[in-house]
Amino acid sequence: MFSVRRNRAALVALTASTLLLAACGSTPSSSASAGPVKIGISLSLSGDFSGDGKAILQGYQLWAHDVNQQGGLLGRKVELVVKDDDSTTQQTITNYSTLIGTDHVNLVFGPFSSLLTIPAEQIAKRYGYVLLGPAGGAPNVFAENYKGYAFVQPASVVNNLLSFGAMLKSLPASERPTSVAYATSNDPFTQPQLPPLQSELSAAGIKSVYYQVFPDETPDLTPEALAIVHSGAQAVVLGTTSVPQVQAFVQTFIQQHYTPKVIIATSGPDQGSAFSSAIGAANTEGFLVPEGWTASANTYQNSKFVSEYLAKYGGTANAIPSDAPEAYSVGQIMQQMVQKTHSLDNATLIKALHDTTFKTVQGPMSFNSNGSPVGSGTFLVQWQGGNTKIVWPQNIQQANLEFPKPAWH
Amino acid sequence: MNLVFGSVVLGILSGGIYALMAVGLTLSFGVLEVINIAQGMLVVVGAYLSFALESYWHIDPLLGLLITIPTLFLLGFGIEWAFLRPLKQDRVALSILVTYAVALILEGLMGLWFGDNFVAIHAWYVDAAINVFGLYIADIYLIGFALAIVLLGAVYLLLYRSKFGAALRATVQNREAAVLIGIDVQRISTLTFAIATGLTAAGGMLFGATTAFNANSMLDLISRLLMIIILGGMGSMGGALVASLIMLVSVDVVSVAYTPTWSTFVFFALTVVVMVVRPQGLFGAPPARKV
Repeated sequence: MFSVRRNRAALVALTASTLLLAACGSTPSSSASAGPVKIGISLSLSGDFSGDGKAILQGYQLWAHDVNQQGGLLGRKVELVVKDDDSTTQQTITNYSTLIGTDHVNLVFGPFSSLLTIPAEQIAKRYGYVLLGPAGGAPNVFAENYKGYAFVQPASVVNNLLSFGAMLKSLPASERPTSVAYATSNDPFTQPQLPPLQSELSAAGIKSVYYQVFPDETPDLTPEALAIVHSGAQAVVLGTTSVPQVQAFVQTFIQQHYTPKVIIATSGPDQGSAFSSAIGAANTEGFLVPEGWTASANTYQNSKFVSEYLAKYGGTANAIPSDAPEAYSVGQIMQQMVQKTHSLDNATLIKALHDTTFKTVQGPMSFNSNGSPVGSGTFLVQWQGGNTKIVWPQNIQQANLEFPKPAWH
Repeated sequence: MNLVFGSVVLGILSGGIYALMAVGLTLSFGVLEVINIAQGMLVVVGAYLSFALESYWHIDPLLGLLITIPTLFLLGFGIEWAFLRPLKQDRVALSILVTYAVALILEGLMGLWFGDNFVAIHAWYVDAAINVFGLYIADIYLIGFALAIVLLGAVYLLLYRSKFGAALRATVQNREAAVLIGIDVQRISTLTFAIATGLTAAGGMLFGATTAFNANSMLDLISRLLMIIILGGMGSMGGALVASLIMLVSVDVVSVAYTPTWSTFVFFALTVVVMVVRPQGLFGAPPARKV
């Protein structure tokens, strides 16, 4: 009898383990027109993307504080209505449906990651809401061709690593790496970044010796890291979505006594102190990451943003996660659209989205009809002496490229 | 270095670490008839304790186990007393809800105390490795595997070479009958849950040393740990060890020999096949015959 219960319990446990990763629900309606301007946001405050989600929330909150100090939007205070999506697409759909349909928010801001922006965009499109995404730049997001969407970063993700390719090609032929290994998560943010880079480097004679796509939920990345070590590649490109993924690769590289000449990761090294504490401060040296923002950039309201961020959240300027200024930029663009149109009507705002160049902490921004940024691309940031510095392109560099990368500690 | 060989070796070693994390879950079920959804979070708590000792007081994580294991033992004692003991009926189903609530409380507390940033435990043996036929095997994996063998061995001796173990096994076999012959089932249950939680401290230290983590890392963990004890057989300690090895070795080998895309699928497919052929899992007790 006990054993029968045990087998039933096994099924219950199996179901529970699946249900733990799921969620559901939803319903719609119209939007409010009095009181504070409500801005609905679904963010990953728990789950895999919680690090980035919470950093984005900081940026949104900082902007809301600033805009309210300036009198709000059209004289009305801004109120953020934030719901946790647990880093899942299902909950993202539920959240935006509830925010628009039940909570009657006036406006919505985007979630973290392309993965969650895709369903958010579909909901926004269904209800005709403008959606500004701080972190939704994958081709799948733009394939929706929704005029009410805009990706608020300097470049589409497919162009994210091209600056890295240009940098490698600029190196003297005798020093340039001759082989490169690629490993990427199957996440829609990271995976599309690698093929354009691979084409560019192959054309330049830099041979691909390893190329692997791994599921984002892979429990153990040691085999992929071992395969890269085995390939002996002189350059390593990691399409990672989080700090733990980068840490898993780095830990194996250290253990296997393998130091590539140059290493870049799409996400992780941009997380400031979270990155350095996870892999060890000394091991950050020489790590590269594509970026669209730095604390020292001479852009619209950037110094104000940095000083306010540090006053409110502490830390150092170099440790500010890039998610925060990206989110802050979303607010800046919304503010400028509302000021320009004198309206909170989403249809009116959508028209203004495509005929304006906006000023943001990330620099001037304008958008194509599918929401992709018109911008020319990102720059390369390298960890040097515990800080991040722009090393490419040369006309805005803050330090020379450290090449080859020093050995791990 | 042969890549497949390397993956098998590393899969076995990291399988030991997973076994240490999962054994608490299987012990809790075997004796208390509860599915401890908080197990993943308890691993994270163990990792945070080791991290705190190492970061703030510079206590070596291995040495720190002398502090973290008793601490988690007491925590387990408290959880059992406050949340599990009141469950009198339908314990399996209710325990899922109750322990999930415990996990959420602990997650909130860890987030409050340690923030949202991912952290990792650093020690000289985390990055050090020895060369075996061209493959560098990290000291932390060797230590982790050895620790798993020692601790699981100690639990085995406790179960099969002590009066407490005999009482515990009697409780596992038939809780009602154990009560009838005078075994203090309540005491056995409390101590077992506390021991299971204490063991988790070691799994947590190893988890934190091999993976960057934050309070939200529990969800990924618990789904893997549940799969391990389902495959191994709920309530079976040996099953937890074997299933951990199967999971890690199969995932790692498929990753390098074929593609990472199918690595997790292969393990899940294997689990489904086992459940069809042997519903009680590899080492679970067979269903009792109805009379």
